[in-house]
Amino acid sequence: MSPRAAWRLQSLGFTEVYDYAAGKADWLAWGLPREGTSAGIPTVGDLARRDVPTCALGEKLGAVRERTRAAGWEECVVTTDRRIILGLLRGQDLDADPDATAEEMMRPGPTTYKPDTAAAEAGRRMRERGVRALLVATPDGALVGLLRREDADRAGEAAS
Amino acid sequence: MPRNISRDELQGLLGHGAQLVDVLPAEEYADSHLPSASSIPLKVLDATTTAGLRKDAPVVVYCHDLQ
Repeated sequence: MSPRAAWRLQSLGFTEVYDYAAGKADWLAWGLPREGTSAGIPTVGDLARRDVPTCALGEKLGAVRERTRAAGWEECVVTTDRRIILGLLRGQDLDADPDATAEEMMRPGPTTYKPDTAAAEAGRRMRERGVRALLVATPDGALVGLLRREDADRAGEAAS
Repeated sequence: MPRNISRDELQGLLGHGAQLVDVLPAEEYADSHLPSASSIPLKVLDATTTAGLRKDAPVVVYCHDLQ
């Protein structure tokens, strides 16, 4: 939509036109300020824990496990060096052969939510599906953080 | 020709007087938008609705995401 708008402005005589193609979703993914009627309603991007550990495909599971648990986590997100999500390692995955690689043990293609999804709505869906945590990603697949259901539930309780 | 910019570039341009335009439908703008953005939905974007914009200053448009 915005590329067409940018070209239309150019056709109308605007000489310096830019397209922030990543758009509102990217802006919100970074927790930047917003205005509007829903500005006070927490989103999954607001509540996602951004310090969730990450690792690369080729890292040995033993080292990943040590680093992840030392940081107090039971999840580690497998990403590229640009934080594009490739897979997820959960508790029991971390306990596998320490010489295995993250790539061998990860759960590929984990479900992600957009950062501007209302946290209360995400919490409801998580309860329905029995999900305790989910990943939040930008439209181009970059990791924003991990949302815990209890955080989403708190947002839902505060809103009701 | 229009140029794609990153979030960092957008913030820099806004600091130098760029005009920010949300081209999403009005109800989506009302729901949430970037600070200082004005609303000119793509479906009504024409010479009349853009008359309030300065042609001698940068204009940045955005919608929801890459799609």
